[in-house]
Amino acid sequence: MTALTDLTIAEARDGLRKKEFSAGELAEAHVAAVERARPLKAYITETPDRARDMAAGADARLARGEGRALEGIPLAIKDLFCTEGVETTAASRILGGFKPPYESTVTANLWSAGAVMLGKTNLDEFAMGSSTTTSAYGPSENPWRRRGDNRPLVPGGSSGGSSAAVAARAAMGATGTDTGGSIRQPAGFSGIVGLKPTYGRCSRWGIVAFASSLDQAGPMTRTVRDAAIMLGAMAGHDPKDSTSAPLPVPDYEAALTGELRGLKVGIPREYRVDGMAAEIEQLWQQGIAWLRDAGATPVEISLPMTKYALPAYYIIAPAEASSNLARYDGVRYGLRVPGESLDEMYEATRAAGFGAEVRRRILIGTYVLSAGYYDAYYLKAQQLRTLIARDFSNAFKSCDFILAPTAPSAAFAIGEKADDPVAMYLNDVFTVPVNLAGLPGISVPAGLSSDGLPLGLQVIGRAFDEAMVLRAGDVIERAARFTHKPAFIAGGKE
Amino acid sequence: MALDKATVARIATLARIKVPESDLEHLAKELSGILTWIEQLREVDTAGVEPMASVAEMTLPMREDHVTDGNCRDKILSNAPQQAHGFFLVPKVVE
Repeated sequence: MTALTDLTIAEARDGLRKKEFSAGELAEAHVAAVERARPLKAYITETPDRARDMAAGADARLARGEGRALEGIPLAIKDLFCTEGVETTAASRILGGFKPPYESTVTANLWSAGAVMLGKTNLDEFAMGSSTTTSAYGPSENPWRRRGDNRPLVPGGSSGGSSAAVAARAAMGATGTDTGGSIRQPAGFSGIVGLKPTYGRCSRWGIVAFASSLDQAGPMTRTVRDAAIMLGAMAGHDPKDSTSAPLPVPDYEAALTGELRGLKVGIPREYRVDGMAAEIEQLWQQGIAWLRDAGATPVEISLPMTKYALPAYYIIAPAEASSNLARYDGVRYGLRVPGESLDEMYEATRAAGFGAEVRRRILIGTYVLSAGYYDAYYLKAQQLRTLIARDFSNAFKSCDFILAPTAPSAAFAIGEKADDPVAMYLNDVFTVPVNLAGLPGISVPAGLSSDGLPLGLQVIGRAFDEAMVLRAGDVIERAARFTHKPAFIAGGKE
Repeated sequence: MALDKATVARIATLARIKVPESDLEHLAKELSGILTWIEQLREVDTAGVEPMASVAEMTLPMREDHVTDGNCRDKILSNAPQQAHGFFLVPKVVE
């Protein structure tokens, strides 16, 4: 029999309904896996007691035949989602000890669908990073290793604790947030599926804000079907987030038809960037062939503003962050470092509370918004954003979805790229444009690099067409038959 | 754009983050590197292009003007580093 921790969400859902095992057993197997996964530092906070309580509630409902979409499914929550009564840190010293007196809408939706909480996962501080190395709680490790090389690798970021936990079988699925690639890139690096929905599809209420015009929550799972199931529970209109879209949530599982007849897949010419590994180009070509086999017609498209997406992003995101993070002042929650005056207290608290990358971004954001520079930087970046969004709307006149790599490389070692912020930012070259345009994108594990690390392919869709993104992602998943497993598995054997 | 130490110190004050004098030189170099990289945006002619603040193509929704939340002072204060008599405590601001 397959270990309970190896099941997909869809398989566990069916097994629970058929009473092959209980939600309590499923929770125990995962609580043990979470403990064994401690060397990965995937979790910041473990909540085994809550998991057991929620599983007991799920078993009672299942016994009455009242199981909901995610009844009894053990999930991990990125520690950027406020969870009532459970410490929420954003991986920052400045939020140390903060226990929200409220629950984020997305997690509340998951619990209303019957999901079971395993704990809160590690991330780059305030989700600012592509490696989970800027966490105040130490870097998460990728459960994968290069062939013949035991150096610890990053799981990607910022949702790297979530991707490491799901890849190592220490959670069936996890929430992530994606501001510039923070779901898709770690999913790619860790060999799992990560879906960034359209801006507005999931409520941002109760998620610690980084860049409010870009942030979006989404599922991280081991299969495309699981992502469809989880998104269905997370998504929906929320009056508490004025940017959440008042649209019905479709049945995403029903979109997984396995064929793409009559559809056109756009291949963006400008995504062939300098320094991209040849094997990633090959995988991309392979992906095009798989989509063609399922009936899709490839068409070349042009997204001419692609190269300006990253520099525009590194104005817009820090500008919004510098404003959002002004609230951490040592007055209402989290860390306070005493000072003689109010200003001294603010300055000392923020100096002690923020790590190097967060400080860097707040300073950049403050500078580009400051008098005399606003037009040259911030306004310019917003104009570029218009042009980037226009590129995509033009492209979608001639195609139904877009295929691209997720990242220009596989996972790198912890400590690599640490001294050059710009080199680190380049990780997000294929993911950032999608955030600027507010579109949905999924990363699906599609193959291994020559040294044995997972590589992802990304499908990008029209606004609110997650169904198409999932449908094409599912086709890639079926064709790729990615059954490789990481070197470290925390889940048990039967 | 090369930032000097004085500019970095000024931004740090605006951002209310104390930066030790010994960090200024390094930060100035790092931030200048990022800004120089960002300045490639100047190559693009954006005359007449509308700036985009958000992709959400919607007008802000109106709702009934009634109270939906409140009466939770103790909950709000529960995370305060210092509080007294139902208020947040801060260092003295008025002489």
